[in-house]
Amino acid sequence: MSTGAAGYTPHPRLQSSWDLRAASNFIGGGVGTGLVLTATVVAAFGGLWMPGLLLGLACVAFGLSMVFLELGRPWRAVNVFFHPRTSWMTREGVLSLPLFAAGAGAVAVAWFYGTVAAAPLLALAGLCAAGFLYCQAHILHRARGIPAWSESTLRWVMVATGLTEGVGVFLAITAFAQSAPRALALEVALAVLLAARAGLWLGYARRLRARGAPTRSMRAIDALGARFLWFGHALPAVLLVAGWLVWPFAVELVTAAGLVAAAAGWYAKLMIITRAAASRGFAIPQTPTRGRSASRAGARPGWGGGAS
Amino acid sequence: MTRYAMVADLRKCVGCQTCTAACKVSNATFPGVQWRKVLDMEVGEYPDVQRVFVPTGCQHCDEPACVEVCPSTASQKRDDGIVTIDYDMCIGCGYCTLACPYDARSIVREATWAYAEGPTEVEKARFDPRMLGVAQKCTFCVDVIDTGVAQGLTPGVHPDATPACVNSCIAGALAFGDLDDPGSNVAHLLRENRHFRMNEDAGTGPGFYYLWDGEQSEQEEVTP
Repeated sequence: MSTGAAGYTPHPRLQSSWDLRAASNFIGGGVGTGLVLTATVVAAFGGLWMPGLLLGLACVAFGLSMVFLELGRPWRAVNVFFHPRTSWMTREGVLSLPLFAAGAGAVAVAWFYGTVAAAPLLALAGLCAAGFLYCQAHILHRARGIPAWSESTLRWVMVATGLTEGVGVFLAITAFAQSAPRALALEVALAVLLAARAGLWLGYARRLRARGAPTRSMRAIDALGARFLWFGHALPAVLLVAGWLVWPFAVELVTAAGLVAAAAGWYAKLMIITRAAASRGFAIPQTPTRGRSASRAGARPGWGGGAS
Repeated sequence: MTRYAMVADLRKCVGCQTCTAACKVSNATFPGVQWRKVLDMEVGEYPDVQRVFVPTGCQHCDEPACVEVCPSTASQKRDDGIVTIDYDMCIGCGYCTLACPYDARSIVREATWAYAEGPTEVEKARFDPRMLGVAQKCTFCVDVIDTGVAQGLTPGVHPDATPACVNSCIAGALAFGDLDDPGSNVAHLLRENRHFRMNEDAGTGPGFYYLWDGEQSEQEEVTP
């Protein structure tokens, strides 16, 4: 089995190098770092943070272990740390070390000496989580062979969805343990993040269309967009509002809102990585002159307006 | 300085794929993997259609996207512009295959052979287990170039210092040489002909030029 370049067609092709395993890294890394960041903020306000932090670290570890399974030479995985100067994948790997160390350390210190004593480690874990999430967003952006990924606004969609997923799952974790007034701040944060994610997604799709992308990618993005906006944003927003209005079922409704918002982010990342990832294909600006036939404008096959 | 580059004259290429075959023989690539391939493009609409054959492969870019993203430093660019992969260093993460704007890289995860019965004698002899699970692509036949240069030969002029695809081209459509040498064949071709580079909007500065029309007094750069 081989992945990568093959064939004689100039059309953009769907990338086959990264599959569900690679997507799992973005899914686990996004929700994991979102959980760690949320736990850090919640801890600063005296809330229940430890389950969220532990689950966040587990999600990040799950994502990285899935990438390990995708490597062609997994026993050389340590080489991933060799290029921090320009590779966002190296930077992601490097940041994972202090993230796990600080996160585990914070839990240990808090266990024995209390949350206040763990504050510096918690803050460090939060910083590393933010950096990790930022690196993941850039990993896609620097894949210049995939126009749907290299569009710069996708970075902010990735960051926004990571935070949204983190807050969403954190809400679900704490919903049953916290009293309603305490969870309200997180619920408002989820509503704000949902609005931000929806806006960023719309901006991304608009810019991608304006800049140009393979038809195959645009078709996937358009199909995803409708589902993502309705099921990933409108539905959790309705559930949140219902939770605020229908008091007896508030916990259940808010929990559902958080989980739906998170699941939508996972689905979007899966689709972006495995379905919308068409390569650039090949374009010629001019055809060659041959004998008596003159040159004419060339083509970019598979990009909508181009010849196919 | 030296900057090796490839020039393909689209007016001459007939799409015979001899370069593809020569590359496969020289580099013993697995079935389904072409380091040098020739795209078959149709431009226009019936009945006014033109067919264009476009040799392509690794473009050995000035600022290779693959080198930038490679987490292991297995992908490197040499001072002479040739982009290489250290097969003993590569972890096979596939990031470079996604960063390359030219679909030039492949990863073969398990050996495949031309015939279902198993490897031929030649395939057995040429099999290199280092190539499994790592990124691979056109090297401009870097070993041939290095050996030839060490013997005082000139790449692009002497066959023993020139990539196999260029040596094999039946139409003389492919040329190779040092762009920084004003007297080289490739510098001469680019001076005398209109040319473009593919997917230049990716910003990697490809080292692969396509000639599409004859000489003109003032060279106009065409950007796709």
